[in-house]
Amino acid sequence: MSELLSATFLSALISGAILAGMPLLFASLGETLGEQSGVLGIGQEGYMLIGAYAGFNGALYGHSPWVGLLCGVVGGLAIASLVAFMSVRRGLDQIVVGIAVILVAEGLTSVLHAVQFGASYPRLQEMRSLPIPLLSKIPVVGGAVLSQPLIFWVGIALVFVIRWILRSTWWGLSIRAAGEKPEALDAAGVDVTNTRTWAVLFSGALAGLGGAYLSVVAAGIFVPYMTNGLGFIAIVVAMLARGRTGWVFGGAFIFGLCLSLATALQVVGIDIPTDVVYMLPFLAVMAALIVFARRAYLPAALCRPYRRGER
Amino acid sequence: MNMGLPAVELRGITKTFPGVVANSDVDLALHWGEVHCLLGENGAGKSTLMQILAGMCRADSGTVTIDGVLVDVSAPRMALSLGIGMVYQHPTLVPTFTVLENLILGPKAGLRLDRKKAVVALRALSERLRLEVDPEAITGKLTLGRQQQVEIIKTLWSGSRVLILDEPTAMLTPHEVTRLQALLVSLKNQGLAVVFITHKLREAIAVGDRITVLRRGKVAGRLDPMELRAVASGELQGRIVTMMFGDDAGSWAGSAASRQEQRPSRPPRALPDDVVLRLDSASVKPGRQEVGVNEVSFAVRTGEIFGIAGVDGNGQRELAEAIAGQRRLEEGRLTLSDTDITHTDVGYRQRLGLRFVTDDRLGEGMVSSLSVSLNLLLKRIGERPYWGRTGRFFPATASRTAEKLIDEFDIRTPTAETHGGALSGGNVQKMVLARELSFQPKVVVYNKPTQGLDAKTTVAIRRRIRRLASEDGVAAVLVSNDLEELLDLCDRIGVMSGGRLVGIVDNRGLGVEERVGALMADSSGEEW
Amino acid sequence: MSRPGDVTGAGARRAGGEAVREGVRQLGPIVAALLVGAIILAILGRNPLAFYSDLFRAGLVSSNGWQAMLTRLAPLLLISMGYIVAFRAGLWNIGGDGQFLLAAAFVAGLSPAVMGALPRAGGLIVLGLVGFVVGGAWTLLSSYLRAWFGVNEIITTVMMSFIGINLANLLIKGPWRSAETTVPQTDPVPLKELLPHLGGTTIHVGIVLAAAAVIVVWYVLDHTSAGIRLTVLGANPRAALHAGLKVRRLIMTTFFFSGAFIGLAAAVEILGVWGYMRADWNPKFGLALFALVFLARLRPGAIVPLAAFYAILEIGGHEAARKASLDYDFVIFLIGLILLFMAVSLYFRLPAEQRAGHLKRVGARLHSRRAP
Repeated sequence: MSELLSATFLSALISGAILAGMPLLFASLGETLGEQSGVLGIGQEGYMLIGAYAGFNGALYGHSPWVGLLCGVVGGLAIASLVAFMSVRRGLDQIVVGIAVILVAEGLTSVLHAVQFGASYPRLQEMRSLPIPLLSKIPVVGGAVLSQPLIFWVGIALVFVIRWILRSTWWGLSIRAAGEKPEALDAAGVDVTNTRTWAVLFSGALAGLGGAYLSVVAAGIFVPYMTNGLGFIAIVVAMLARGRTGWVFGGAFIFGLCLSLATALQVVGIDIPTDVVYMLPFLAVMAALIVFARRAYLPAALCRPYRRGER
Repeated sequence: MNMGLPAVELRGITKTFPGVVANSDVDLALHWGEVHCLLGENGAGKSTLMQILAGMCRADSGTVTIDGVLVDVSAPRMALSLGIGMVYQHPTLVPTFTVLENLILGPKAGLRLDRKKAVVALRALSERLRLEVDPEAITGKLTLGRQQQVEIIKTLWSGSRVLILDEPTAMLTPHEVTRLQALLVSLKNQGLAVVFITHKLREAIAVGDRITVLRRGKVAGRLDPMELRAVASGELQGRIVTMMFGDDAGSWAGSAASRQEQRPSRPPRALPDDVVLRLDSASVKPGRQEVGVNEVSFAVRTGEIFGIAGVDGNGQRELAEAIAGQRRLEEGRLTLSDTDITHTDVGYRQRLGLRFVTDDRLGEGMVSSLSVSLNLLLKRIGERPYWGRTGRFFPATASRTAEKLIDEFDIRTPTAETHGGALSGGNVQKMVLARELSFQPKVVVYNKPTQGLDAKTTVAIRRRIRRLASEDGVAAVLVSNDLEELLDLCDRIGVMSGGRLVGIVDNRGLGVEERVGALMADSSGEEW
Repeated sequence: MSRPGDVTGAGARRAGGEAVREGVRQLGPIVAALLVGAIILAILGRNPLAFYSDLFRAGLVSSNGWQAMLTRLAPLLLISMGYIVAFRAGLWNIGGDGQFLLAAAFVAGLSPAVMGALPRAGGLIVLGLVGFVVGGAWTLLSSYLRAWFGVNEIITTVMMSFIGINLANLLIKGPWRSAETTVPQTDPVPLKELLPHLGGTTIHVGIVLAAAAVIVVWYVLDHTSAGIRLTVLGANPRAALHAGLKVRRLIMTTFFFSGAFIGLAAAVEILGVWGYMRADWNPKFGLALFALVFLARLRPGAIVPLAAFYAILEIGGHEAARKASLDYDFVIFLIGLILLFMAVSLYFRLPAEQRAGHLKRVGARLHSRRAP
């Protein structure tokens, strides 16, 4: 058991957690904005996939991971604008449109990848990490956390930025009003549809960034369907966090931890079936819900009906 | 007194909705520094007219001028920018925001929220209005009176010079009403043009510098400031009543406008002694922002109408729902004709004859996507002869019963299969009544049964309640915030305050209203 | 449909015209999506006409095709019924994948033993019940938390779904693992010992069960007291309370049946098509069906043609893609396009006032300031 506490293990665990959790963090932060404005981002999985594919191509042909990440943002933005136009502005059925977007994204990226690269899976160069001088020498934590590429710090910064947006800016106030009571926002003279549109666009951009991180930074390749349900988990994390970005960070980190636990355990030679490991985050959430539900800590806000694009 | 150019002029406003003419060629002039009362019974077209001014809907024809300039109020945003603000009966504030956040909420004013500047501005404004407002209070937790104040402040915050109040006293305690009246004077003195929409005649006389009476969408009469000051109160009322009701002045006798001179003294009814409903020390746990029920006991005899008076929010709704079976009694007992029904469900109580006419007729009272006939049978799902033993539905049988009820209760609907959402508010209430009062009721709990209804329907409903009691021995628990109604119908009146029953008054002889009012006055208890 | 006194037959002509217009409205979006698909195919250098003709021949026209389509249709219809039952009550059962796979694992894992011990018919019925019960049981935790504590069932069913998928894999890789294969799977039972086929075809009787389920669900929802209760709960939960419906019981029963139908679909699929279950298998019926169920406005009758069309696309799509040396992913893309166009077309069919969120409740809004 002492292997569990070894530097190798913890190091592998934490770096793995970051790699796995960062895409989730970006997507969940984006989804938080969307949900706070009253729109459920069912198509998140699709935004992430498009972002992953666009990001991969951008990094490959642009010879730079940053170009890739930017392309990811643009890709996510593009597809989210489609959804914003259809669902938010025109009031098309959110669920059908969201699912359609996911299927289109899955199918399109897979086909394009096959057409572009056939059966090969070109690899990208690893993104350069930025070890923080001195601090990165700290055992375990230094290597894993404090020698991350810049994009990691962007993600951490975003946690605070989004929090600031929601609490201290005019836009954030309108977003929250749009989600809590759109009639009040309307009566106050602010366009509810515009507010929600911007929120959805932002969430698409962030989800695209998350997808790009997945393909460019974490995996270094693009594999069809590589998001593997991450978009749905982002929706759930955002729902549980209910606008508290600290919780979003925690949720993303916990999921990332569990996802990386499997590989990390293999590194030290412990063989727990991956299926058990994959179950862990979900079991944890269920346990928390059971415990807190019985003590009625969780207010009925968790089943607060979402105003799906209606005014 | 203002003799200058009218602040706002509405000319020739006409607006029709499918099937009903809301406004017909209405002219209205508002002046700066005046409180203008728009008076008329429910359904007269007052709200629609003001909604047109506030940009919530568009008139079919007519013009709006502000300070002599023709304007097109196309959307609420437009109205706001023109300086027109409207305060509705139900607050349009975000309940989870602080007061400050609700005030700042509005069109973009920079990236960052400048809370400090806002606090300063709020303090200045509240001083001018002589109000005390806590900027950090959570809006949803404030009393409705307070929330209304915040809404009024908000309209001023956005720079409104014309303030429209839609039935503002509907949800207020007597204390809060007084404070509102004082606030109106402040606002007037600031030079604002205030419109006060109401259906209460006395209120209009008390508050208004100018009164315009609407009836059935048309202007039925006007009273200018001189007339209001010069003419005696009694004669004023007479004139206004004629304007409001015209030839239907008879319906005035039953409507909320009726007062001391007209109310017949009710001879005490000889009631049988058998108690049909008894509540012993009943307590109900309060939910969020509720008061709950605290050891309430009373008994209702066959054929008796027992009133529950009190300002909204003192536990009346919780009490009504508990008797109906929608809430659990934490303590105490509920007995129906010697049967202990404390732990029974709604269906069981329904079948025993205990019925509930909810005040939330559009919310929980009906399912708008279902047909009228299904709504009429909503509490009877699965019962014979409408449903068979295997659960099979017999639509023909249901329709037949539905049609009978539609006829008996005068529900205006194209067919029995029309979906409930198509009915107007008054007809929804008739539908709810038809459902609850059919199939041999024994005790009926009414929660504000005539709220928001026009005079004719109101009179009809009150007549029915009375007849059921006196002729069929149907007992009633009548919860109402309309003292008129309680005095008119009830044999005894209990007053609820803070979840307790603070007193029961026999509705006999003189001074009943004063005694009930005194008991109610203790029920304010806010942090003003 | 000419009315009496309609001498010129204008009424009949109008009715005929109306039918044509309705047909156009239904087919329009599909044709539009296929056109866009054809353009993409052309860009990729494939022949669109060949692709589509392959697709429809393999999925519908050829003798293998329509039989395979009907075989595929059975679990699709059952899953749709599971969704419809829950969504009508306003309950969001998003855990279909987990319920399906876990039930499938139980059915596949237990089938060697059960079929060995019982005669064919009895064994099949028992296994069907196993799927039914496992699928239903897997919803119990979510529905309990929702019914008693108001916990958002979207979250809980998704969580349970992931747990269920992994649990299914554990079972297949663990206690029920076949010793005979290298790839982890359950012991297979020969298909000829399982669900019989309809006379002379390759279609197993699951389709009959599915058809029966559709009829039962339609009947219950629209013509019985149980169905009304569900509808009331979904349309107006507060009115449900007011009307005295036993809401908690209703939530749990509805959820159970929803999961049970999905579990039954899994049983039908295992017993009719596979005879065993591989680990890490996930046919992922769920997603597109979800959308189709909403497009069908939660009506059992309306989902049948939609699901059938989806089955045609799936079966024919595999073949057509193979022939065009494309991955099946292209068909997924096509399906997404069709859904998109259908959503747009649905929007245009609503009268102007209703062009808002699909899930908006019809009728008076709660705080409508209606009094004119």
